[in-house]
Parts: sequence; structure tokens; C-alpha cells
Amino acid sequence: MNRIDNKRRNVVDHRKKQYADPAYKETQYPHRLNFYATPPTADITLEQFEQWAIDRLRVLAEIEACSFRNKSPVEAAAHMRPLLEKYLPLDSNSSSSTQLSAQRQKDHYSHFILRLAFSSTKELRQRFARVETMLFRLRFNADDTRERQAFVESLNLDWEPVPDEEKRKFATELIATVISSYGKKAYQSIDEEQFYRVDWTRVPDLVEQRKVFLRAGKAYVPAKELQSLVVTEFTARLEKSLELTARALPRLDEDDRLTPILDHLSKNFVAPDAGYSGGNSAIDGAEITARNIDNLSQHFPMCMTVLHRTLRRDSKLKHFGRLQYTLFLKGIGLSLDESLTFWRQSFNKMTDDTFNKEYRYNFRHSYGDVGGDSNRRGGGYTPYSCQKILTEHAPGPGEAHGCPYRHMNMENLAVQLQASGVTDPAVLRGVGEDKEKQKFHLACNRVFEHLHAKELKQAKDERIMTASQLETIVHPNEYFKRSYLLKNMGKAQPGGGGDVKMEG
Amino acid sequence: MPHSVDQKAEALPSAEVEMAEAATDESANQGAAEDVDMTDATETQTSEATKSEAKELGAFEKGQERNGMASDTGGIKVEDLFDMDSDDEEFPSSAMPVKKEASDSPDLLPSSPSDAGPVQHSGSDPELLRTFYQRLFPWRYFFQWLNHSPQPTLDFEHRELSFMLSNDAVMRYQSYRTADLLRKDVLRLMPTRIEIGPVYSTNPRERKLLQNAGSFRPVSKELCFDIDLTDYDDIRTCCDKANICIKCWQFMTMAIKVINAALRDDFGFKHIMWVYSGRRGIHAWISDKSARTLDDSKRKVIAGYLEVIVGGAQSGKRVNLRRPLHPHLTRSIDLLKSHFQDDVLEAQDPWRSPERADKLLQMLPDTELREALKRKWDASPERSSELKWKDIDAVAKTVTSKNFDPKALLDAKQDIVLEYTYPRLDINVSKKLNHLLKSPFVIHPGTGRVCVPVDLRTFEDFDPLSVPTIQQLIHEIDAWKEPEVKSEKGVHDWEKTSLKPYIEYFRTHVNALMRDEKDVKVKRERDGEDNGDLW
Repeated sequence: MNRIDNKRRNVVDHRKKQYADPAYKETQYPHRLNFYATPPTADITLEQFEQWAIDRLRVLAEIEACSFRNKSPVEAAAHMRPLLEKYLPLDSNSSSSTQLSAQRQKDHYSHFILRLAFSSTKELRQRFARVETMLFRLRFNADDTRERQAFVESLNLDWEPVPDEEKRKFATELIATVISSYGKKAYQSIDEEQFYRVDWTRVPDLVEQRKVFLRAGKAYVPAKELQSLVVTEFTARLEKSLELTARALPRLDEDDRLTPILDHLSKNFVAPDAGYSGGNSAIDGAEITARNIDNLSQHFPMCMTVLHRTLRRDSKLKHFGRLQYTLFLKGIGLSLDESLTFWRQSFNKMTDDTFNKEYRYNFRHSYGDVGGDSNRRGGGYTPYSCQKILTEHAPGPGEAHGCPYRHMNMENLAVQLQASGVTDPAVLRGVGEDKEKQKFHLACNRVFEHLHAKELKQAKDERIMTASQLETIVHPNEYFKRSYLLKNMGKAQPGGGGDVKMEG
Repeated sequence: MPHSVDQKAEALPSAEVEMAEAATDESANQGAAEDVDMTDATETQTSEATKSEAKELGAFEKGQERNGMASDTGGIKVEDLFDMDSDDEEFPSSAMPVKKEASDSPDLLPSSPSDAGPVQHSGSDPELLRTFYQRLFPWRYFFQWLNHSPQPTLDFEHRELSFMLSNDAVMRYQSYRTADLLRKDVLRLMPTRIEIGPVYSTNPRERKLLQNAGSFRPVSKELCFDIDLTDYDDIRTCCDKANICIKCWQFMTMAIKVINAALRDDFGFKHIMWVYSGRRGIHAWISDKSARTLDDSKRKVIAGYLEVIVGGAQSGKRVNLRRPLHPHLTRSIDLLKSHFQDDVLEAQDPWRSPERADKLLQMLPDTELREALKRKWDASPERSSELKWKDIDAVAKTVTSKNFDPKALLDAKQDIVLEYTYPRLDINVSKKLNHLLKSPFVIHPGTGRVCVPVDLRTFEDFDPLSVPTIQQLIHEIDAWKEPEVKSEKGVHDWEKTSLKPYIEYFRTHVNALMRDEKDVKVKRERDGEDNGDLW
């Protein structure tokens, strides 16, 4: 092949020429932060290639885990600090570190290696862009103020400062946004505050949280909110270049040393919170039928219990409630036929006709019985994980879905908990504290442990369940499964057969 | 359905019949399914034909081609079917010779069906519906509204329309090149409901021919909002569920006021149209180019900016805002204050009963204040909400505890005003580019009312119960007398009815939109960009 020949001959064509240029070999890293605009050009060893990528991947995976656990930015930063120091240190210019250049090179190169690994599919690209953005934000916040300023200036983003005259005209509005976002202390006087006027689409998160004044499509961004602007810019550019990388990927000029590494990397980047596979959800011996749901509901986590109670009370559930609940039921092993029976009986205030017309299709769709090819091939939707329930589609007026620990106020939550037999004030207080700290999954696990205290103790004592089977629950179906098995320990394993089932 | 049924059509594994909200039992609607399958087959063939037979076929011929194919599959000449359809015996004058200008101006003769008395109250009487689509629906302005230009562009051709047929089957991914072709097909299918989806990157009808599924994706759609009175059930006392009256309609008036101000002043959108949804809600359609091209994440941002009332029925106090209030909220309170007094406290009297008054108490800070108020109200049941609202400040003056914070009370009162007046958006409609929303000017099947646009100059006087129904309109055409002095232009059928002001408003709206759009195009041409492939 002439491709190889070219390499051997070391022809200096116009593309190679730029690599031959010494200016590229010695990439300078004047700033700690990097927008990763220029790809690396120097040589590194294969070991470095792999090791750097793996190190960065570790960091990214942990950052993602932080967001899954709903950690606040401050907590996440504290959690990440040791990891970052170990795997991906980046010292500031002012530090007397001798490793500055090497650190920054590693950061730079590992980013680009992962770009190659994660540009192949849309999902991977989105996910990569998301976690890289989180990492960037983390570092941006941790940066030395002066160096951050220098970095931002080096980006040459065109922001239009708001002239004094206009500032005075909208003084009331501008002051209100500054004080409500940063508190009275942060605000000095309108003349001291600097504002930039940008298109609102460039600061989406500030607009969404109503942190900036909007007028005629322009957002008036206080200088303090630089971060949001820079981060959005970072994401936008990264997404764009990932798209480009994806397009260039098939033409990767490569011998067969890198592809396996890249493949391996992207495969290992699976979410800690992967979908709940249908295979291990069904429980042998349990009667999972429409008429048994009321009985089984004692094993449901609060999110599903609330839906079940609402359904029994109103004989109806709104769209997302139906979705969340029916997928959960599907996950515990309720067949489509039984599911249709269950819903038909539950929606007892409507005619068969209405039910068939307006609802039947949706239930069948979620089981993959109807719909497009991909839906049917995939067997419908997967049951929602806690992560999904916590973050997507917060309940609106009249809706009962979502996570009760997150979406209900404490009083209503307490009522629901007491109805489920959680009356111990200590537990309720604990739940309240968890809720306050936004540790919703801890609250849920706390309730689980309280309700199953006796069985858990027995299980531990008799070593029926291994430690891994008792780790934190992050999926409603896992909650059900564990609860059911614990409560039926005696019956399910007359001869120690329970162990085998547990593995299932 | 005057269609021949293609018997060979075995339930193709096709997603052509995709149920949106409603679904249908397959066995009950076998006919529909087959019908639709046939359409699918037609599509495929047509597209292939189109491909092979070069592109010089004019648009119109292409349409014909499509229809011709349909007839072949069915074994009946489709022209015959169409003749039958349009040459409706009862409306000979409204026959539809396919001429350019005729789309909504049938002949003048006010030919009337002899039996068109006040018929049963239903919006889906097929005869009435046919007449409505034939003679009243403003096809041309509808086309221009979605097309943003008088000449056909991809904005219309690649737009998904979805029809719900009389048997509740839903046909998704329909698309048309011109208003005439659309009108023809609507008359053939007689959908009870037409929904509008996004403009796709390729023609929705050809989506299955694509090698790469990724190249079929939504690219633009109007930004939409949906507000529904059912979401106000916990605060309105006059009606519930699907029922409405002029009292609770005021919540919609407030919603229009607040959302309109925000969209216009804050986001700078100009082409906003509010449409009565036919029963108990309103939709907003924002057609500015900058709004149409927003992606999902940006739509979500706008939705979040506007959403104030959060949480479900069990979240307790549902408005909890940072202070000082954001300018948007300050403005909203200014707009809503008087409504709160008149339309909520007086008209709805939401806290008269002790249980509902408890709800008010829960939203107030300070235990001492709450207890004092409770004692007072328990002593005089049936005290009106207006007085109770005034009691709060009066009793607050007597509170002696050191912890009492007048500022917190004021804030809570503001939150309460917002909770009882601020628009409750069905936010999921706004968040997604590919969400379908019911088209303006279709008939609500339950009430028979036309989904008319709400004139923003007079929206405070809008009365949903006086919106014309389909029966009424047909009646008005019949009752219409030709004026003494004939105008030269001739009179459209809609001009003879009470639909006139609504269509005129729509026309004004569409013209303004097209004017703005044209300016942009002229600019673009000046920039040297080739514009030719747009049509």
C-alpha cells in the first residue's frame, strides 16, 4: 500500500510539514486551564498513551458518579480533590512546581486520546462532553483568580460591556439580579459592578435560574458570572470538535496499535448506573400477577408506594406516573397481559372503550409490543433508575411520580412514611436530615434498613446475603427484589436453596 | 372512508400508525390500519418513482403522481375518488377545481344543505366537517404561516403534520408541498384533528428510505406553550376538570398577559399567536426565526425561566422564590395584583371553607400568627377570602413575638399571590422540538368549537363560550344574504360567518411574519448566499 510507503519515505508533504515545524513540537502551556483548541503533535510512547487515557478516565468516571449521587458542587470538589491530585494534577503558575509543563501536557494529551475513543457514537459524545464540562468547571472554580482572568482574556470572547448610561437606566433590575444571586454582601454599588450584554442563548443556565436580567433577547451578565459564559463556550466548542472528530474517525491514519486501546477505553466507560437488566429482576416463586399487586406493594419503595396509593385513591395516574409505575411493574416481572389487566382494573372509572383508545397502546408500547422497530426489538423501555427518577421530569401539578424524598415536602413525606409503618421519630428525623442535604438515596436506604432491620440482621448473621448484595440501593426494582427476598427468607429457602436464587 | 381496502396488506411492521396520546385497539380498527398501510406502500412507490423519473416533474405533477400510485395500489382510479369527494352533491358550488387561488374561495352561490338545522352537538359530524374543511378552513394562510413565504419552501414541505382520523387512528409523518395538496388530502381523510410537528431535515414521508437514520431529525419548530385550566383545579372553585366558565377563564387571561410580556420584552420575540384550544386551554405559537430554530436544551431554558409554580400536589407551598425578586417576577406581580383582588379573591373565593383556609394558613410564616388567624376564622366561619386576606395584615400587627419577621410575611404573601395567579404551564409541550401540538382552526371534537386565535389587542374580553361552533358557522353561511352592492372581488365563505375576525387576525399575523422573514432573506441574498435551492 502506498500509505505505508509514504510513511517509510518520510515525504514532507504539506500536511507533514506542519508537524515538522518546531513551533508545534514545543506546545506552550501558559495557562493551567485549556480549551483544547490545538491537537497535540509531539511523540509519546504507547504506554503513556494508554496510561494517561486510563488516568483521565478514572477522574471522569468519578465526576460522573458525583453527579449521579447528587453531590453539591462544593462536596464534589472536596471529593474530587485527592483523585485529581493523584491522577491528573494541574498546578498553578504561582506554585513552584517543576512539573508544570509535564502535567499540562498529560492533561492536554489525555483529553485528545479520549476524544478519539468517545467520538464514535452520539451517546458517547454527549456523555464525554458532559463530564469534560464538569471537570472543566471544577478546575475553573479552583483556579487562582488572577490566572483565571488571564486565561479568560486569552480566549478572546467577544462580550459587549454594558455602558454606564444603560446600566443606570436598568439599575433596579440589575441590582435585583445581583443581590438575589450573590447576597447583599457581594453587592457594592451599581457603578462598581461590571455587566456584559450577550445573547441569552450563550448563558442558558443563568437564564434558566433567573440569575440575569433579560431584555429583548439579551442577557445582562454580571462579571461575577464569567464562569457560566466560559463553561458554555467550552461545551459548545467541545461538542463541535467532537462532531468533527467523529467524521474524521473512519479516515484515521493508523496502524493497528491504537484502535484496540481506543475500543477498550470506550467500552470501559459504562455508567455505574447502567440500566436494570430484565434478566435478574424476576424472582422465582413470587406470584407476580395483577391481583397480587396490592399484596406485593408492601415491598415497594416509597416512590412506587405513593404511585400505588394515588392510583388506588384516584383510579387514575397521569402520564409520567403511569410510565414510571408500569415500567417498575414490568421490572418486577409483571407480564404484559397481567399489566393490562392490572391497569384496566385500576382505571375503574372509565369505560373499556376509553381505556382501549387512550391508554392500552401506551402500556403496550412500554413493553415493546407495538411501536417502531427499535422499540420492539429492544423490548420496550427499561425500568427507571433512581438517577432517572431524581433528575428527569420533576412532577408538576397533580402528578404523583418522581422521588418522594426529593419532590415532596417533609410533612407530606412523613404522612406517606407513617402510612408505610415508619413511625420511629429517629428514623423520620434522619430522613429529614438526608433530605435537607439532598441525599435522597440515603433517605431511601435508611427507610429500607428500618423496615427490614430484623431480616437484615438475620441475613447478616446467617451469611445468607453477601456484602455486595447489601450495598446501597440505587434502583427501585432492586429495592423490591431485596425486600421481597428478605421478607420471604424463611419460605424461599427451606434447604438453603435461597442462596442459589440470590445469585439469579 | 371511500377507499378501497388493500387486502394483501398484512400488518406490515410499519410504524406508520403511531399513536400519539390516544391509542387504538388494532382489531377494532382493522380497516384503518389497512388503509394506512396502503398509504405507506404508496409512499414508498412514489418516492422511488420520483427518484428514477428525474426531478423535472413539477411539484403539482408530483402530487398527481402520488395520487395516481395510490389508485393503482387500490385498483381504483384515484381521480374518480377525488371527483366523488369534491363534487359533493350537496355543495356543487363548492366543487374544487384545482386552480391556484381557489384554495379558500369557493364559488359565491350560497348553496345550502336543506337539512342543515341545528344538528347534534358534536364537532365530528362528517358532513359538517367536510363543509368546514372545504369552505371555511383558511388553508392559504395556514400554509403561509408554516411556510413563512408565499412560495412553497422546505419549511412547509418537510413539516410533519399528523392526522387523527374519525376512528381515532393516528397517521403521523404526513407532509405536503403546497396548501392545495394538503387540502385535498384532508378532504380525503377527513381527520377530526390535525396536529403540527417539526420541520425535519428530510421529507418526513421519505424517512424510511434513508440509509442513515441519523439524517432524519427535527430541525425547527415554533416555540409552543400549553396552558390548561385543569391544572388550576386546586385553586378554582367555580368549575373543575373539563368544565370552564368566564370566571375561571380569567386565569387564562392572566396567563396570556404574563407570558406574553416575558416573551416579548425579555426574549424579544415578536410573532406570538395565542390560540384557544377549543375547550379549556390555550396554546401559544411563537414563529420568530430565532424561536423556531431553538434546540431542546434552549427550549428547556425558556421553560425553566417561565416556570414558577413547581412540584406536584403534595409538595406543599409551591412557590418559593429568592429575594429580591427577579425583574420578570416583579413585573408579573404588577400585572397580576389587580387580578388577584378581582378574579381570585372576589370571584373564586378560594379560602371560604375551613379546609381551604387551612391551606392558606400553611403557607404563612410564624406560628403565633397562624394560631391567631385560626382562632379568628374558626370563630366566624363563612368569612370571605377577601376579608381573610385582609385579616392577615391586621392580625400580624398584634403579633408580639420577637421572632416575627414582617419581611418574611410580605414575601410569603407575594408567593401566595403568585401561586394563585401565575400561569401554570404544561411545560413538557415547550421543552421538546418534536412535540406535536393541535393546529389552529381545527374543530374541537367535544365542543365543536373552532380553535381560533385570540386577538392580543382584545384578549381581555375574549370569551371562550362565544367562540363559534362548527354548526353555527355552517348555519351562518346559509343565512348569509348577498349585499345590494356587489363587491368586485367576491366574498369568501368565511367572510360570511363569525369566523371572519379570527381569520382576519390570523392573516395580519401571517403577513407580518412573512414580511420579517422576507427581510432576512433579502439580506442573505445580498450576502451572496445562493438562495435557489430553497424552492
